[in-house]
Amino acid sequence: MVAFIVRRVIAAVLMLAVVSAATFAIFFLIPRALGQTPEGMASRYVGRDATPEAIQGAVKRLHLDDPLIVQYGRFAKGIVAGEDYSLGPRKAECPAPCFGYSFNNNQPVWPTLLDRLPATMSLAAGAAILWLIAGVSIGIVSALRRGTALDRAAMTVALAGVSLPIYFTGLVSLSVFAYTLGIFPGGGTYTSISENPIAWFQALVLPWITLAFLYAALYARLTRAGMLETMGEDYIRTARAKGLKESTVVTKHALRATLTPILTIFGLDVGLLLGGAVLTESTFSIPGVGKLVIDAIRGNDLPVVLGVTMFAAFFIVLANLIVDILYAVVDPRVRLS
Amino acid sequence: MTTPLDVSGQAMEAQPEAVLQGTGGKAIEGRSLGQIAWTRLKRDKAAVAGAVVVVFLVLVAIFAERPFGGLIALFGDSPNIPNNDLIDPMTSAPTAPLGGISLEHPFGLEPVNGRDIFARILSGAQISLLVAFLATLVSVVIGALLGVLAGYFGGWIDTVISRLMDVFLAFPLLLFAIAIVGALPDQALGMKGNALRIAVIVFIIGFFSWPYIARIVRGQTLSLREREFVDAARSLGATNRYIIFREVFPNLVAPILVYSTLLIPTNIMFEASLSFLGVGVNEPQASWGGMLTRAVDYYQIAPHFMIVPGLAIFITVMAFNLLGDGLRDALDPRAR
Repeated sequence: MVAFIVRRVIAAVLMLAVVSAATFAIFFLIPRALGQTPEGMASRYVGRDATPEAIQGAVKRLHLDDPLIVQYGRFAKGIVAGEDYSLGPRKAECPAPCFGYSFNNNQPVWPTLLDRLPATMSLAAGAAILWLIAGVSIGIVSALRRGTALDRAAMTVALAGVSLPIYFTGLVSLSVFAYTLGIFPGGGTYTSISENPIAWFQALVLPWITLAFLYAALYARLTRAGMLETMGEDYIRTARAKGLKESTVVTKHALRATLTPILTIFGLDVGLLLGGAVLTESTFSIPGVGKLVIDAIRGNDLPVVLGVTMFAAFFIVLANLIVDILYAVVDPRVRLS
Repeated sequence: MTTPLDVSGQAMEAQPEAVLQGTGGKAIEGRSLGQIAWTRLKRDKAAVAGAVVVVFLVLVAIFAERPFGGLIALFGDSPNIPNNDLIDPMTSAPTAPLGGISLEHPFGLEPVNGRDIFARILSGAQISLLVAFLATLVSVVIGALLGVLAGYFGGWIDTVISRLMDVFLAFPLLLFAIAIVGALPDQALGMKGNALRIAVIVFIIGFFSWPYIARIVRGQTLSLREREFVDAARSLGATNRYIIFREVFPNLVAPILVYSTLLIPTNIMFEASLSFLGVGVNEPQASWGGMLTRAVDYYQIAPHFMIVPGLAIFITVMAFNLLGDGLRDALDPRAR
């Protein structure tokens, strides 16, 4: 077991290295191939009207004239060990994990990211609880009542749910519940939980429901399909044949097999969301990681974009790792070798 | 009763369910998977409805503008022509009630500049479907090829391709796409403006969603290569190339068809999301997602401007999903 975990962790770290190299290459190699010079890059740090000396200074300080492979090495080292951008009297130490400085406000990227994480986590956690409970229970009931009006209605709603763009559902819910009925506050009212828990909750109700609706629809479909497949297995027939109560067959035998893959997908989805629920956050103006990256892209802020992409990739890889390990624990069929 | 043709005719009457109506079809012959699937698909009302809508939308997109037709011209308004005289300068909303919905403007007018929403929806349909189809094509070609190679050869080839899939799936795709498209210059690779943006969007979506197809194809190939007909071909001296393309591949057409039909709506959503986030095609070219972004500011005074493009995305995606689900159920040999 320990060897298995160690192997998976090493694989995950390697994966992150590959993802970071590819990300770096795409953001730096492509602009350079399209004719971007180190000076052009540096001018984004110091502003458009900077003196040539200031631009040269920035090139030196940020080592933008080095070969790209060296720059990548420095970028990777910065993440692992931090980076010292000091040059002469100007002190600029960037402790690990260092993702550099924003083009637009010269703030280090990492603290900005951490600052935005609670909003994203609040959104993801609340929605995840909602959709897991709603989606899975609807899926199970639908599968057990297969072919009934209830099943058909639930599956029609679920199909509609996966076909609706989340920003459209978000906008409609804002227009109905926030502006017309006035039950919930509108977009852009997010307050941190430490500041005011009640305002935090109120501002997140609509985003939670919107996000959870999409995923609940997806999970209801997945759970129903998985459940139907499991209920057709031989061991379920065996369980029934030996006279077990139907409720025992469902809860003890069918559910366990159905839920394991669902939980895998759940882990991955939550991991993906922690890297920024871009669409939901921008629809409801929630100041999370996703909103940060959208604003950074509008402002051409490459280091922030790069930082968020790496951050998101980290959560995806981490979620993969956790799910893999849990799977090995839960499912005796997974071979550890 | 002496000619084979007669036998066939008799058998047809005895079997009302048989679909082998064509000339030369032998009644004794078992029905192929395609024929079984076709009968099943025709019985699935939801899938048929989805298929009808899909065909309708594709035709509308093709014939929206000249040279192939001019559905937009039928209503007299080009998608990019403003109608400032129909807009209330105080509120920016159309002066006529219901957002200016009328015979001339069946879906109403855009706030602020009064462009015809019907024309813009049709114009947006072209972008949506074009991007979705091309991106799906890219990922199906890459995914099918790599999936077959991984499944058929196994060993280190499988390991390399599978790891590659893991890496691709570990990319936060949406973030990546918005970052790349957002950083695009106006001119590169001999293309400029929206042509360049569309090409890049197609490439990104296609290039990052191939693992979904590859996984399915790999799994199917793994089981297909153990089948008797592959052994038979091999014992007759067939090359790997022949076995892959002539023996294995025809059996993969069904799953590839199903999953590419299901990938198209995902890609439509993806394009719309990019446009919604402001990194899709540029104004004045209409796109459904782009219309929704603009609708954010006006949904209190012009709710129709939010509802029309939203419903356009919804109906299109739903139709493809219905068709895809139906195809999957019809082509699944395990289905009852």
